[in-house]
Amino acid sequence: MRDDTRRLILLLLPAGIFFAAFFLLPMVQLFFIGGSGNTGWAAYAAILTNANYFSSLVATLGVAAATTVATLLISGISGVFLQRHKFPGNAALVAMLTFPLAFPGVVIGFMIIMLAGRQGLIGQISEAITGDKVVFAYSMAGLFLGYVYFSVPRTILTVMAAAEKLDPKLEEAARSLGASPWRVVLDVIIPGLKPAFISAGAICFATAVGAFGTAFTLATRINVLPMVIYTEFTLSANIAMAAALSFVLGAVTWIVLAVARTAAGSTVAAAG
Amino acid sequence: MKNRWLFFLQLGFTLLVCAFLIVPVILSILAGLTVNYLVGLESGLTLRWVMEVWNGYRSTIFLSIGISLACLALTLVIGIPAAYVLAKRQTALTRAIEELLVMPVAVPGLATALALIVSYGGLPGFRTSWLFILVGHVLFTLPFMVRSVLAVLSAIDLQTLEEGAASLGATFWQRFFHVVLPNCRTGILAGSLMVVTLSMGEFNMTWLLHTPLTKTLPVGLADAYASLRLEIGSAYTLVFFLMIMPLLLALQAFAKPRTPKFVAEETE
Repeated sequence: MRDDTRRLILLLLPAGIFFAAFFLLPMVQLFFIGGSGNTGWAAYAAILTNANYFSSLVATLGVAAATTVATLLISGISGVFLQRHKFPGNAALVAMLTFPLAFPGVVIGFMIIMLAGRQGLIGQISEAITGDKVVFAYSMAGLFLGYVYFSVPRTILTVMAAAEKLDPKLEEAARSLGASPWRVVLDVIIPGLKPAFISAGAICFATAVGAFGTAFTLATRINVLPMVIYTEFTLSANIAMAAALSFVLGAVTWIVLAVARTAAGSTVAAAG
Repeated sequence: MKNRWLFFLQLGFTLLVCAFLIVPVILSILAGLTVNYLVGLESGLTLRWVMEVWNGYRSTIFLSIGISLACLALTLVIGIPAAYVLAKRQTALTRAIEELLVMPVAVPGLATALALIVSYGGLPGFRTSWLFILVGHVLFTLPFMVRSVLAVLSAIDLQTLEEGAASLGATFWQRFFHVVLPNCRTGILAGSLMVVTLSMGEFNMTWLLHTPLTKTLPVGLADAYASLRLEIGSAYTLVFFLMIMPLLLALQAFAKPRTPKFVAEETE
Protein backbone atom coordinates (compact mmCIF):
# COMPACT_ATOMS: atom_id res chain seq x y z
CA MET A 1 0.00 0.00 0.00
CA ARG A 2 2.89 2.37 0.76
CA ASP A 3 4.15 1.67 -2.74
CA ASP A 4 0.74 2.46 -4.15
CA THR A 5 0.63 5.81 -2.40
CA ARG A 6 4.05 6.70 -3.77
CA ARG A 7 2.88 5.83 -7.29
CA LEU A 8 -0.28 7.87 -6.87
CA ILE A 9 1.76 10.88 -5.80
CA LEU A 10 3.94 10.33 -8.86
CA LEU A 11 0.84 10.32 -11.08
CA LEU A 12 -0.47 13.53 -9.56
CA LEU A 13 2.88 15.26 -9.78
CA PRO A 14 2.86 16.45 -13.44
CA ALA A 15 -0.49 18.20 -13.06
CA GLY A 16 0.55 19.50 -9.65
CA ILE A 17 3.82 21.00 -10.85
CA PHE A 18 2.22 22.55 -13.92
CA PHE A 19 -0.58 24.01 -11.85
CA ALA A 20 1.68 25.37 -9.12
CA ALA A 21 4.15 26.90 -11.57
CA PHE A 22 1.64 28.46 -13.94
CA PHE A 23 -1.34 29.26 -11.75
CA LEU A 24 -0.67 29.35 -8.02
CA LEU A 25 2.67 31.16 -8.11
CA PRO A 26 1.54 33.68 -10.77
CA MET A 27 -1.63 34.38 -8.78
CA VAL A 28 0.42 35.06 -5.64
CA GLN A 29 2.66 37.34 -7.68
CA LEU A 30 -0.39 39.11 -9.12
CA PHE A 31 -1.63 39.69 -5.58
CA PHE A 32 1.63 41.36 -4.54
CA ILE A 33 1.90 43.42 -7.73
CA GLY A 34 -1.62 44.66 -7.04
CA GLY A 35 -0.28 46.27 -3.87
CA SER A 36 2.89 47.66 -5.43
CA GLY A 37 1.47 50.69 -7.25
CA ASN A 38 1.58 54.37 -6.19
CA THR A 39 -1.40 53.83 -3.94
CA GLY A 40 0.02 50.68 -2.32
CA TRP A 41 -2.40 48.19 -0.81
CA ALA A 42 -5.15 50.81 -1.07
CA ALA A 43 -5.45 49.66 -4.70
CA TYR A 44 -7.50 46.75 -3.42
CA ALA A 45 -10.01 49.15 -1.89
CA ALA A 46 -10.07 51.37 -5.00
CA ILE A 47 -12.86 49.29 -6.49
CA LEU A 48 -15.06 50.66 -3.71
CA THR A 49 -13.48 54.05 -3.05
CA ASN A 50 -12.82 55.22 -6.62
CA ALA A 51 -16.09 56.47 -8.14
CA ASN A 52 -15.21 55.29 -11.66
CA TYR A 53 -14.27 51.77 -10.65
CA PHE A 54 -17.24 51.55 -8.33
CA SER A 55 -19.66 52.54 -11.07
CA SER A 56 -18.23 49.87 -13.39
CA LEU A 57 -18.46 47.35 -10.57
CA VAL A 58 -22.15 48.22 -10.15
CA ALA A 59 -22.70 48.06 -13.93
CA THR A 60 -20.92 44.71 -14.15
CA LEU A 61 -22.90 43.17 -11.31
CA GLY A 62 -26.10 44.68 -12.71
CA VAL A 63 -25.70 43.27 -16.19
CA ALA A 64 -24.65 39.90 -14.73
CA ALA A 65 -27.72 39.79 -12.47
CA ALA A 66 -30.05 40.76 -15.33
CA THR A 67 -28.43 38.10 -17.53
CA THR A 68 -28.90 35.47 -14.85
CA VAL A 69 -32.59 36.28 -14.29
CA ALA A 70 -33.39 36.42 -18.02
CA THR A 71 -31.47 33.24 -18.80
CA LEU A 72 -33.10 31.25 -16.01
CA LEU A 73 -36.53 32.47 -17.07
CA ILE A 74 -36.00 31.60 -20.75
CA SER A 75 -34.27 28.28 -20.09
CA GLY A 76 -36.77 27.35 -17.40
CA ILE A 77 -39.76 27.83 -19.69
CA SER A 78 -38.26 26.28 -22.82
CA GLY A 79 -36.28 23.57 -21.03
CA VAL A 80 -39.22 22.20 -19.05
CA PHE A 81 -41.47 22.53 -22.11
CA LEU A 82 -39.10 20.55 -24.34
CA GLN A 83 -38.53 17.91 -21.69
CA ARG A 84 -42.27 17.43 -21.06
CA HIS A 85 -43.71 17.55 -24.55
CA LYS A 86 -42.26 15.18 -27.10
CA PHE A 87 -43.63 16.25 -30.45
CA PRO A 88 -42.23 15.87 -33.97
CA GLY A 89 -39.45 18.40 -34.31
CA ASN A 90 -38.62 18.42 -30.61
CA ALA A 91 -35.13 17.03 -31.19
CA ALA A 92 -34.49 19.63 -33.89
CA LEU A 93 -35.46 22.43 -31.51
CA VAL A 94 -33.16 21.06 -28.80
CA ALA A 95 -30.33 20.82 -31.34
CA MET A 96 -30.87 24.43 -32.41
CA LEU A 97 -31.07 25.72 -28.85
CA THR A 98 -27.82 24.05 -27.89
CA PHE A 99 -26.01 24.71 -31.17
CA PRO A 100 -24.18 27.86 -29.93
CA LEU A 101 -22.89 25.89 -26.91
CA ALA A 102 -19.24 26.44 -27.67
CA PHE A 103 -19.25 29.80 -29.43
CA PRO A 104 -16.52 32.02 -28.00
CA GLY A 105 -17.45 35.47 -26.67
CA VAL A 106 -16.06 37.30 -29.68
CA VAL A 107 -18.25 35.36 -32.08
CA ILE A 108 -21.28 35.98 -29.86
CA GLY A 109 -20.50 39.70 -29.94
CA PHE A 110 -20.57 39.47 -33.72
CA MET A 111 -23.89 37.61 -33.65
CA ILE A 112 -25.35 40.51 -31.66
CA ILE A 113 -23.94 42.93 -34.24
CA MET A 114 -25.68 40.91 -36.97
CA LEU A 115 -28.91 41.29 -35.00
CA ALA A 116 -28.79 44.79 -33.57
CA GLY A 117 -25.73 46.47 -35.11
CA ARG A 118 -25.51 49.25 -37.67
CA GLN A 119 -26.20 46.83 -40.53
CA GLY A 120 -28.24 44.51 -38.33
CA LEU A 121 -31.58 42.84 -38.87
CA ILE A 122 -33.47 44.76 -36.17
CA GLY A 123 -32.26 48.07 -37.60
CA GLN A 124 -33.36 47.12 -41.12
CA ILE A 125 -36.79 45.96 -39.97
CA SER A 126 -37.40 48.99 -37.78
CA GLU A 127 -36.24 51.31 -40.55
CA ALA A 128 -38.67 49.72 -43.00
CA ILE A 129 -41.56 50.01 -40.57
CA THR A 130 -41.05 53.28 -38.73
CA GLY A 131 -38.27 54.94 -40.69
CA ASP A 132 -36.14 54.91 -37.55
CA LYS A 133 -33.10 52.65 -37.38
CA VAL A 134 -32.92 50.91 -34.02
CA VAL A 135 -29.28 50.11 -33.16
CA PHE A 136 -28.39 48.96 -29.67
CA ALA A 137 -25.65 46.36 -30.13
CA TYR A 138 -22.85 48.67 -29.01
CA SER A 139 -24.29 49.40 -25.58
CA MET A 140 -25.09 47.72 -22.28
CA ALA A 141 -28.29 46.37 -23.86
CA GLY A 142 -26.25 44.66 -26.57
CA LEU A 143 -23.90 43.22 -23.97
CA PHE A 144 -26.85 41.90 -21.97
CA LEU A 145 -28.28 40.27 -25.08
CA GLY A 146 -24.89 38.73 -25.85
CA TYR A 147 -24.54 37.23 -22.38
CA VAL A 148 -28.06 35.78 -22.61
CA TYR A 149 -27.13 34.32 -26.00
CA PHE A 150 -24.06 32.79 -24.42
CA SER A 151 -25.81 31.37 -21.36
CA VAL A 152 -29.09 30.01 -22.74
CA PRO A 153 -27.70 26.89 -24.49
CA ARG A 154 -25.79 25.56 -21.48
CA THR A 155 -28.55 26.47 -19.01
CA ILE A 156 -31.23 24.76 -21.09
CA LEU A 157 -29.19 21.55 -21.00
CA THR A 158 -28.94 21.75 -17.19
CA VAL A 159 -32.65 22.49 -16.81
CA MET A 160 -33.65 19.65 -19.15
CA ALA A 161 -31.47 17.18 -17.30
CA ALA A 162 -33.01 18.28 -13.99
CA ALA A 163 -36.58 18.32 -15.36
CA GLU A 164 -36.13 14.74 -16.52
CA LYS A 165 -35.61 13.68 -12.92
CA LEU A 166 -38.72 15.46 -11.62
CA ASP A 167 -41.48 13.05 -10.70
CA PRO A 168 -44.55 13.79 -12.89
CA LYS A 169 -46.71 12.11 -10.21
CA LEU A 170 -46.15 15.09 -7.91
CA GLU A 171 -47.61 17.43 -10.50
CA GLU A 172 -50.51 15.10 -11.19
CA ALA A 173 -51.22 14.95 -7.48
CA ALA A 174 -51.16 18.74 -7.21
CA ARG A 175 -53.44 19.05 -10.22
CA SER A 176 -55.91 16.45 -8.98
CA LEU A 177 -56.10 18.40 -5.73
CA GLY A 178 -57.22 21.39 -7.74
CA ALA A 179 -54.02 23.38 -8.13
CA SER A 180 -54.00 25.79 -11.06
CA PRO A 181 -51.17 25.49 -13.63
CA TRP A 182 -49.50 28.51 -12.00
CA ARG A 183 -49.63 26.96 -8.56
CA VAL A 184 -48.12 23.75 -9.96
CA VAL A 185 -45.27 25.74 -11.48
CA LEU A 186 -44.68 27.74 -8.29
CA ASP A 187 -45.10 24.98 -5.74
CA VAL A 188 -43.94 21.85 -7.54
CA ILE A 189 -41.78 22.52 -10.61
CA ILE A 190 -39.70 25.48 -9.41
CA PRO A 191 -38.82 23.94 -6.02
CA GLY A 192 -37.88 20.71 -7.82
CA LEU A 193 -35.60 22.54 -10.20
CA LYS A 194 -34.09 24.79 -7.53
CA PRO A 195 -30.68 23.06 -7.30
CA ALA A 196 -30.31 23.18 -11.08
CA PHE A 197 -31.37 26.85 -11.11
CA ILE A 198 -28.85 27.75 -8.41
CA SER A 199 -25.90 26.03 -10.06
CA ALA A 200 -26.76 27.14 -13.60
CA GLY A 201 -27.53 30.65 -12.37
CA ALA A 202 -24.20 30.91 -10.58
CA ILE A 203 -22.38 29.89 -13.76
CA CYS A 204 -24.33 32.51 -15.75
CA PHE A 205 -23.49 35.17 -13.21
CA ALA A 206 -19.81 34.30 -12.94
CA THR A 207 -19.28 34.15 -16.70
CA ALA A 208 -21.10 37.44 -17.21
CA VAL A 209 -18.94 39.09 -14.54
CA GLY A 210 -15.65 37.83 -15.94
CA ALA A 211 -16.27 37.60 -19.69
CA PHE A 212 -14.31 39.87 -21.95
CA GLY A 213 -14.67 38.78 -25.58
CA THR A 214 -18.27 39.89 -26.12
CA ALA A 215 -17.73 43.36 -24.62
CA PHE A 216 -14.50 43.68 -26.60
CA THR A 217 -16.25 42.95 -29.90
CA LEU A 218 -19.22 45.18 -29.21
CA ALA A 219 -17.47 48.34 -28.03
CA THR A 220 -14.42 49.28 -26.05
CA ARG A 221 -16.35 51.95 -24.22
CA ILE A 222 -18.81 49.63 -22.52
CA ASN A 223 -18.07 50.31 -18.88
CA VAL A 224 -17.76 46.85 -17.33
CA LEU A 225 -14.90 45.69 -15.10
CA PRO A 226 -13.11 43.38 -17.56
CA MET A 227 -12.96 46.25 -20.06
CA VAL A 228 -11.69 48.61 -17.33
CA ILE A 229 -8.96 46.13 -16.39
CA TYR A 230 -7.97 45.77 -20.02
CA THR A 231 -7.80 49.54 -20.49
CA GLU A 232 -5.77 50.02 -17.30
CA PHE A 233 -3.32 47.37 -18.46
CA THR A 234 -2.86 48.37 -22.10
CA LEU A 235 -3.66 52.06 -22.47
CA SER A 236 -2.74 53.42 -19.04
CA ALA A 237 0.01 50.82 -18.42
CA ASN A 238 -1.20 50.84 -14.83
CA ILE A 239 -0.24 47.25 -14.18
CA ALA A 240 -0.65 47.44 -10.40
CA MET A 241 -4.24 48.67 -10.67
CA ALA A 242 -5.07 46.13 -13.38
CA ALA A 243 -3.64 43.40 -11.15
CA ALA A 244 -5.59 44.54 -8.09
CA LEU A 245 -8.86 44.85 -10.03
CA SER A 246 -8.51 41.48 -11.72
CA PHE A 247 -7.63 39.83 -8.42
CA VAL A 248 -10.81 41.26 -6.90
CA LEU A 249 -12.81 40.21 -9.97
CA GLY A 250 -11.41 36.69 -9.72
CA ALA A 251 -12.24 36.55 -6.02
CA VAL A 252 -15.83 37.70 -6.68
CA THR A 253 -16.53 35.04 -9.33
CA TRP A 254 -14.85 32.33 -7.29
CA ILE A 255 -16.88 33.19 -4.19
CA VAL A 256 -20.15 33.27 -6.18
CA LEU A 257 -19.45 29.79 -7.52
CA ALA A 258 -18.32 28.46 -4.14
CA VAL A 259 -21.45 29.78 -2.40
CA ALA A 260 -23.67 28.33 -5.12
CA ARG A 261 -21.95 24.99 -4.79
CA THR A 262 -22.67 24.79 -1.08
CA ALA A 263 -26.25 25.96 -1.69
CA ALA A 264 -26.94 23.56 -4.54
CA GLY A 265 -24.98 20.70 -3.03
CA SER A 266 -23.56 19.73 -6.38
CA THR A 267 -20.56 20.55 -8.52
CA VAL A 268 -20.57 23.94 -10.16
CA ALA A 269 -17.99 25.29 -12.57
CA ALA A 270 -18.07 28.26 -14.88
CA ALA A 271 -17.34 27.91 -18.55
CA GLY A 272 -16.15 29.87 -21.51
CA MET B 1 -58.73 23.49 -23.87
CA LYS B 2 -56.72 25.71 -21.61
CA ASN B 3 -53.86 23.20 -21.74
CA ARG B 4 -53.76 23.35 -25.50
CA TRP B 5 -53.55 27.12 -25.40
CA LEU B 6 -50.68 26.91 -22.90
CA PHE B 7 -48.88 24.38 -25.08
CA PHE B 8 -48.89 26.68 -28.10
CA LEU B 9 -47.88 29.65 -25.99
CA GLN B 10 -44.82 27.78 -24.76
CA LEU B 11 -44.08 26.42 -28.23
CA GLY B 12 -44.24 29.94 -29.64
CA PHE B 13 -41.90 31.20 -26.95
CA THR B 14 -39.42 28.39 -27.57
CA LEU B 15 -39.50 29.04 -31.32
CA LEU B 16 -38.75 32.70 -30.60
CA VAL B 17 -35.72 31.73 -28.49
CA CYS B 18 -34.56 29.42 -31.30
CA ALA B 19 -34.86 32.29 -33.76
CA PHE B 20 -32.84 34.55 -31.46
CA LEU B 21 -30.02 32.00 -31.42
CA ILE B 22 -30.10 30.78 -35.00
CA VAL B 23 -31.11 33.80 -37.13
CA PRO B 24 -27.84 35.70 -36.51
CA VAL B 25 -25.87 32.58 -37.45
CA ILE B 26 -27.73 32.34 -40.76
CA LEU B 27 -27.38 36.08 -41.37
CA SER B 28 -23.65 35.92 -40.77
CA ILE B 29 -23.20 32.93 -43.08
CA LEU B 30 -25.15 34.76 -45.80
CA ALA B 31 -23.19 37.97 -45.25
CA GLY B 32 -19.93 36.07 -45.70
CA LEU B 33 -21.07 34.82 -49.09
CA THR B 34 -22.79 37.96 -50.40
CA VAL B 35 -21.08 40.49 -52.67
CA ASN B 36 -22.56 43.44 -50.78
CA TYR B 37 -24.52 42.76 -47.61
CA LEU B 38 -26.13 46.20 -47.51
CA VAL B 39 -27.55 45.69 -51.01
CA GLY B 40 -28.58 42.17 -50.13
CA LEU B 41 -28.60 38.84 -51.94
CA GLU B 42 -29.44 40.58 -55.25
CA SER B 43 -25.81 41.70 -55.39
CA GLY B 44 -24.92 38.06 -55.93
CA LEU B 45 -23.06 35.30 -54.13
CA THR B 46 -19.30 35.15 -53.99
CA LEU B 47 -16.41 33.26 -52.42
CA ARG B 48 -14.26 36.38 -52.65
CA TRP B 49 -14.48 37.16 -48.91
CA VAL B 50 -13.70 33.60 -47.91
CA MET B 51 -10.63 33.71 -50.19
CA GLU B 52 -9.54 37.00 -48.64
CA VAL B 53 -9.79 35.44 -45.20
CA TRP B 54 -7.87 32.40 -46.37
CA ASN B 55 -5.10 34.57 -47.79
CA GLY B 56 -4.90 37.01 -44.91
CA TYR B 57 -5.62 34.86 -41.90
CA ARG B 58 -4.62 31.33 -42.90
CA SER B 59 -1.84 31.29 -40.30
CA THR B 60 -4.30 31.89 -37.44
CA ILE B 61 -6.25 28.79 -38.47
CA PHE B 62 -3.16 26.58 -38.44
CA LEU B 63 -1.89 28.06 -35.18
CA SER B 64 -5.24 27.41 -33.50
CA ILE B 65 -5.35 23.82 -34.71
CA GLY B 66 -1.76 23.30 -33.56
CA ILE B 67 -2.34 24.82 -30.13
CA SER B 68 -5.57 22.90 -29.56
CA LEU B 69 -3.90 19.60 -30.44
CA ALA B 70 -0.87 20.33 -28.26
CA CYS B 71 -3.29 21.35 -25.51
CA LEU B 72 -5.14 18.07 -25.92
CA ALA B 73 -1.90 16.08 -25.70
CA LEU B 74 -0.83 17.86 -22.53
CA THR B 75 -4.21 17.63 -20.80
CA LEU B 76 -4.32 13.90 -21.63
CA VAL B 77 -0.84 13.27 -20.24
CA ILE B 78 -1.23 15.24 -17.02
CA GLY B 79 -5.02 15.19 -16.64
CA ILE B 80 -5.85 11.48 -16.81
CA PRO B 81 -3.33 10.42 -14.14
CA ALA B 82 -4.56 13.27 -11.92
CA ALA B 83 -8.19 12.19 -12.39
CA TYR B 84 -7.22 8.60 -11.53
CA VAL B 85 -5.58 9.69 -8.28
CA LEU B 86 -8.59 11.86 -7.38
CA ALA B 87 -10.93 8.91 -8.03
CA LYS B 88 -8.77 6.47 -6.10
CA ARG B 89 -8.24 8.51 -2.95
CA GLN B 90 -11.25 10.46 -1.87
CA THR B 91 -9.98 12.43 1.07
CA ALA B 92 -10.23 16.04 2.14
CA LEU B 93 -6.84 16.62 0.53
CA THR B 94 -7.80 15.29 -2.91
CA ARG B 95 -11.07 17.21 -2.77
CA ALA B 96 -9.09 20.37 -2.07
CA ILE B 97 -6.79 19.57 -4.99
CA GLU B 98 -9.78 19.09 -7.27
CA GLU B 99 -11.17 22.40 -6.06
CA LEU B 100 -7.88 24.14 -6.84
CA LEU B 101 -7.59 22.57 -10.31
CA VAL B 102 -10.99 24.01 -11.26
CA MET B 103 -10.01 27.53 -10.23
CA PRO B 104 -8.73 28.67 -13.65
CA VAL B 105 -12.26 28.09 -14.97
CA ALA B 106 -13.88 30.06 -12.16
CA VAL B 107 -11.39 32.92 -12.24
CA PRO B 108 -11.78 35.20 -15.30
CA GLY B 109 -9.29 34.48 -18.09
CA LEU B 110 -8.17 38.09 -17.95
CA ALA B 111 -6.87 37.61 -14.40
CA THR B 112 -5.08 34.36 -15.24
CA ALA B 113 -3.48 35.96 -18.28
CA LEU B 114 -2.30 38.98 -16.30
CA ALA B 115 -0.85 36.68 -13.64
CA LEU B 116 1.06 34.75 -16.32
CA ILE B 117 2.33 37.97 -17.89
CA VAL B 118 3.59 39.49 -14.63
CA SER B 119 5.32 36.21 -13.73
CA TYR B 120 6.73 34.97 -17.03
CA GLY B 121 6.34 37.91 -19.39
CA GLY B 122 9.99 38.77 -18.79
CA LEU B 123 11.27 35.57 -20.37
CA PRO B 124 11.79 36.79 -23.95
CA GLY B 125 11.84 33.46 -25.79
CA PHE B 126 8.80 32.23 -23.88
CA ARG B 127 6.66 35.38 -24.02
CA THR B 128 6.82 35.60 -27.80
CA SER B 129 6.32 31.91 -28.45
CA TRP B 130 3.05 30.05 -29.00
CA LEU B 131 3.95 28.00 -25.92
CA PHE B 132 2.92 30.99 -23.80
CA ILE B 133 -0.62 30.73 -25.17
CA LEU B 134 -0.53 26.96 -24.81
CA VAL B 135 0.17 27.24 -21.08
CA GLY B 136 -2.92 29.42 -20.63
CA HIS B 137 -5.08 27.04 -22.65
CA VAL B 138 -3.91 24.01 -20.68
CA LEU B 139 -4.74 25.74 -17.39
CA PHE B 140 -8.22 26.58 -18.65
CA THR B 141 -9.05 23.20 -20.24
CA LEU B 142 -7.41 20.83 -17.75
CA PRO B 143 -10.39 20.89 -15.35
CA PHE B 144 -12.71 19.74 -18.15
CA MET B 145 -10.50 16.72 -18.90
CA VAL B 146 -10.08 15.86 -15.21
CA ARG B 147 -13.81 16.27 -14.46
CA SER B 148 -14.85 14.24 -17.47
CA VAL B 149 -12.52 11.30 -16.71
CA LEU B 150 -13.24 11.53 -12.98
CA ALA B 151 -17.00 11.28 -13.65
CA VAL B 152 -16.53 7.98 -15.49
CA LEU B 153 -14.05 6.60 -12.96
CA SER B 154 -16.41 7.39 -10.08
CA ALA B 155 -19.27 5.62 -11.84
CA ILE B 156 -17.48 2.30 -12.33
CA ASP B 157 -16.33 -0.09 -9.64
CA LEU B 158 -12.66 0.71 -9.97
CA GLN B 159 -11.75 -1.08 -6.76
CA THR B 160 -13.11 -4.47 -7.82
CA LEU B 161 -11.68 -4.21 -11.33
CA GLU B 162 -8.24 -3.41 -10.01
CA GLU B 163 -8.32 -6.02 -7.28
CA GLY B 164 -9.34 -8.60 -9.87
CA ALA B 165 -6.45 -7.65 -12.10
CA ALA B 166 -4.03 -7.53 -9.17
CA SER B 167 -5.08 -10.99 -7.97
CA LEU B 168 -4.17 -12.27 -11.43
CA GLY B 169 -0.72 -10.81 -10.98
CA ALA B 170 -1.03 -7.50 -12.83
CA THR B 171 1.42 -4.85 -11.62
CA PHE B 172 0.37 -1.29 -10.85
CA TRP B 173 1.34 0.01 -14.28
CA GLN B 174 -0.23 -2.94 -16.09
CA ARG B 175 -3.44 -2.21 -14.23
CA PHE B 176 -3.26 1.47 -15.06
CA PHE B 177 -2.69 0.99 -18.77
CA HIS B 178 -4.74 -2.15 -19.42
CA VAL B 179 -7.60 -1.88 -16.94
CA VAL B 180 -8.08 1.74 -15.90
CA LEU B 181 -7.46 3.53 -19.20
CA PRO B 182 -9.68 1.31 -21.39
CA ASN B 183 -12.47 1.68 -18.84
CA CYS B 184 -12.52 5.46 -18.94
CA ARG B 185 -12.54 5.67 -22.75
CA THR B 186 -15.86 7.53 -22.94
CA GLY B 187 -14.73 10.08 -20.38
CA ILE B 188 -11.46 10.62 -22.22
CA LEU B 189 -13.31 11.07 -25.51
CA ALA B 190 -15.83 13.54 -24.09
CA GLY B 191 -13.08 15.43 -22.28
CA SER B 192 -10.94 15.56 -25.43
CA LEU B 193 -13.77 17.03 -27.51
CA MET B 194 -14.35 19.64 -24.83
CA VAL B 195 -10.65 20.51 -24.58
CA VAL B 196 -10.18 20.94 -28.34
CA THR B 197 -13.37 22.98 -28.74
CA LEU B 198 -12.57 25.27 -25.82
CA SER B 199 -8.96 25.76 -26.87
CA MET B 200 -10.05 26.55 -30.42
CA GLY B 201 -12.38 29.30 -29.19
CA GLU B 202 -10.47 30.68 -26.19
CA PHE B 203 -10.22 34.46 -26.35
CA ASN B 204 -10.34 35.98 -22.84
CA MET B 205 -6.79 34.89 -22.03
CA THR B 206 -5.40 34.62 -25.50
CA TRP B 207 -6.05 38.26 -26.33
CA LEU B 208 -3.54 39.28 -23.65
CA LEU B 209 -1.14 36.38 -24.17
CA HIS B 210 -0.77 36.69 -27.94
CA THR B 211 1.85 38.66 -29.86
CA PRO B 212 1.55 39.90 -33.46
CA LEU B 213 3.29 36.70 -34.54
CA THR B 214 1.16 34.36 -32.46
CA LYS B 215 -2.39 35.22 -33.47
CA THR B 216 -4.94 32.49 -32.93
CA LEU B 217 -8.23 32.20 -34.79
CA PRO B 218 -10.40 34.06 -32.23
CA VAL B 219 -7.76 36.80 -32.02
CA GLY B 220 -7.88 37.11 -35.80
CA LEU B 221 -11.67 37.21 -35.62
CA ALA B 222 -11.61 40.08 -33.13
CA ASP B 223 -9.14 41.85 -35.42
CA ALA B 224 -11.36 41.39 -38.45
CA TYR B 225 -14.52 42.45 -36.61
CA ALA B 226 -12.86 45.63 -35.45
CA SER B 227 -11.15 46.75 -38.63
CA LEU B 228 -12.52 45.05 -41.73
CA ARG B 229 -15.85 45.19 -43.54
CA LEU B 230 -18.78 43.16 -42.30
CA GLU B 231 -18.55 40.69 -45.19
CA ILE B 232 -14.99 39.69 -44.31
CA GLY B 233 -15.82 39.35 -40.62
CA SER B 234 -18.73 37.13 -41.64
CA ALA B 235 -16.65 35.03 -44.00
CA TYR B 236 -14.08 34.56 -41.25
CA THR B 237 -16.85 33.52 -38.85
CA LEU B 238 -18.06 31.09 -41.50
CA VAL B 239 -14.60 29.51 -41.65
CA PHE B 240 -14.65 29.25 -37.86
CA PHE B 241 -18.10 27.60 -37.93
CA LEU B 242 -16.91 25.06 -40.47
CA MET B 243 -13.94 24.21 -38.27
CA ILE B 244 -15.83 23.75 -35.02
CA MET B 245 -19.04 22.29 -36.49
CA PRO B 246 -17.87 18.66 -36.32
CA LEU B 247 -16.66 19.23 -32.76
CA LEU B 248 -19.95 20.88 -31.77
CA LEU B 249 -22.05 18.09 -33.25
CA ALA B 250 -20.00 15.47 -31.44
CA LEU B 251 -20.22 17.46 -28.20
CA GLN B 252 -23.97 17.80 -28.58
CA ALA B 253 -24.31 14.05 -28.91
CA PHE B 254 -22.50 13.73 -25.58
CA ALA B 255 -24.20 16.62 -23.82
CA LYS B 256 -27.75 15.68 -24.81
CA PRO B 257 -29.66 14.59 -21.73
CA ARG B 258 -30.52 10.93 -22.12
CA THR B 259 -34.14 10.52 -23.11
CA PRO B 260 -36.01 7.27 -22.56
CA LYS B 261 -36.27 5.10 -25.66
CA PHE B 262 -40.03 5.00 -25.68
CA VAL B 263 -41.76 8.29 -25.06
CA ALA B 264 -45.51 8.70 -25.05
CA GLU B 265 -46.74 10.85 -27.92
CA GLU B 266 -48.13 14.23 -27.05
CA THR B 267 -51.79 13.74 -26.23
CA GLU B 268 -53.92 16.68 -25.30
